[in-house]
Amino acid sequence: MKVGLFIPCYVNQFYPQVGIATLELLEKLGCEVNYPVGQTCCGQPMANSGYESLTKDCNELFTKNFAGYTHIVCPSGSCVLHIKDHLHSQKNEPAAASIRHTIYELTEFLTDVLKVEKLNAKFPYKVGMHQSCHGERGLHLSQMTELVAAPFSKPEKLLRMVEGIELIALDRKDECCGFGGTFSVFEEAVSAKMGKDRVQDHVEHGAQYITAADMSCLMHMEGILKRQKSKVQVKHIAEILNAG
Amino acid sequence: MNHNGTKDHAELAEKFNRDEERVNWHDRTLWWIRQKRDKAAWSLGDEWEPLREEASRIKSHTLSNLSEYLQEFEKNAQANGMTVHWAADAKEHNQIVHSILSKQNIQQIVKSKSMLTEECHLNDYLKEEGIDVIDTDLGERIVQLAEETPSHIVLPCIHWKKEEIGELFHRHLGSPEGVIDPSFLTNTARVHLREKFLTRRIAITGVNFAIAETGEFVVCTNEGNADMGAHLADVHIACMGIEKLIPKRKNLGVFLRLLARSATGQPITTYSSHFKKPRKGQQLHIVLVDNGRSTQLGREDFRNSLKCIRCGACFNTCPVYRRSGGHSYHNAIAGPIGSILAPNLDMRQYKDLPFASTLCGSCSNVCPVKINIHEQLYQWRQVLTEEGYQPKSKYMAMKAMATTLSKPTFFNIAGKAGRWAMKLVPGVVSNQYNPWYKEREMPEPPNESFTEWYQKNRKKKNEQ
Repeated sequence: MKVGLFIPCYVNQFYPQVGIATLELLEKLGCEVNYPVGQTCCGQPMANSGYESLTKDCNELFTKNFAGYTHIVCPSGSCVLHIKDHLHSQKNEPAAASIRHTIYELTEFLTDVLKVEKLNAKFPYKVGMHQSCHGERGLHLSQMTELVAAPFSKPEKLLRMVEGIELIALDRKDECCGFGGTFSVFEEAVSAKMGKDRVQDHVEHGAQYITAADMSCLMHMEGILKRQKSKVQVKHIAEILNAG
Repeated sequence: MNHNGTKDHAELAEKFNRDEERVNWHDRTLWWIRQKRDKAAWSLGDEWEPLREEASRIKSHTLSNLSEYLQEFEKNAQANGMTVHWAADAKEHNQIVHSILSKQNIQQIVKSKSMLTEECHLNDYLKEEGIDVIDTDLGERIVQLAEETPSHIVLPCIHWKKEEIGELFHRHLGSPEGVIDPSFLTNTARVHLREKFLTRRIAITGVNFAIAETGEFVVCTNEGNADMGAHLADVHIACMGIEKLIPKRKNLGVFLRLLARSATGQPITTYSSHFKKPRKGQQLHIVLVDNGRSTQLGREDFRNSLKCIRCGACFNTCPVYRRSGGHSYHNAIAGPIGSILAPNLDMRQYKDLPFASTLCGSCSNVCPVKINIHEQLYQWRQVLTEEGYQPKSKYMAMKAMATTLSKPTFFNIAGKAGRWAMKLVPGVVSNQYNPWYKEREMPEPPNESFTEWYQKNRKKKNEQ
């Protein structure tokens, strides 16, 4: 299967290992992966700050880069949700409309399209799974605790295929970490407090690693863990699914 | 900072966060209520989600036919012997209430909880006019004694600890110093309020639901204070926003089942009192208040915020509300719902509120009438930008970001330069002027970006 790989801007610049793990994982699973090198960002940082009107050029660039792919995969629920909800193009709206339907977050692509049932991965550590909000409540990668509905979790299903992993339980399984894009700086006090509380839930339950399908949540929690000089580390889910 | 020199949400939240232990306590208290709500919702099993859907549909239908239902309600309420008043805004509402008091030559009244009267700042208005208002809801009485406003629409004094209430009651109601037993303090308030109920001749209540078909209205309380006030008074004034209407009495069950379960996790409020006709010799007034609701009804993206039944579930689930406290929203209605209602009233004053959210979406999922709160928060952000209520500096930063991100070459160079600078001189970003760095480390800049790695390791391979 031919796949267009979309790597979010901040992952590209700060967490290349997440892009590499995603690429290698998809290749291992038999995909032919192409990464359009002219890509940048989905436009969400501006849009969530109230400047969706400034994202037109980003949208055109995104549409140009990914037009024609039957499957576009990205290791971030948040960026995928933004594209699904807000990608439009004046130059090529049919392509933009198609992209909105053919873009997948990595774990849903693995469970729903590739229908992965087993993985050749090993990660013998205690891991806390952070359910990122946009992935869960936006893309329904997992069930929301607010709803009276049967629980499920696509990322967790995949993590359970990893040899040696021990998934820890949390007190609040889908509370927001407080990153929220520019919220993290404009509402610094609440953002940091939310991050500290989220990290503490994982630490108290013995996590050695915190994982998520969104690196932005992990970047925020990593910043807090490092400030606390904690031994607990963060790993994007692609890195765990590609480990060993 | 707001235009009038008052603090905005981020500043007030920062102040609230200076006492971390208190934030923890506030967060845990409200999370406990969220958990109670979950249990109550699950207790209905498969009925819960269809019930929300039904409530949402009834409210949508009502809003689409609001003028007809309001007229039907007015006609039936008048036939029942109520006096119906119409108020275009808060000022007119306050004047109407005051004119009723003046006619009776009354200077002292009791009032049960009504967020509408908070929204209209009725207490302040009447105080100016020399009227003594006693709030009879326990939580509201506590914040009134403390000369504060409610921090939560269902739990007005949720930000007060029992030790502080003990001290407040000692000062104002003469309870023994150091007594913090909740039952004792509640009884102290009960004795204090009993005298007010017995001596006040006019009672104001809110309205939870008004029924067009029958011209009656329903007030939900846990303390029975609305009933105590209304049943003992010669004149009962009920104040309601025009969105409180439902078409038929048979619709009421849907909302009564959802309201208390969503609010506090109870199956139903202790008192759900129906008011239809004045007692013999009593006057029953109802004031129907618009105060911006028609404007909101005309804003397509925001109209369904008027479905709100004021349960407060979105407050309790909101991770930002729990960690910033109700007063940080500087509006009678705080929390996520307040953040989408307030800008309709005054964009300039409340321009900060739609940004007091991570857009996590939990609010929309607990909402018993399925208001898409987090989507409206996003939408309000766009409107506030379009209407020019964002600082110029933010526009410049966003414009620079948008330019960089729309040109791949520029983005790659800027990324490389940024990482290089961070490596060489970490102080350029890890400093006191960077809010991120206050409580978080910056990410470690890698030697190469993913694009650079790809070009070295895959691109060439692909091209071979």
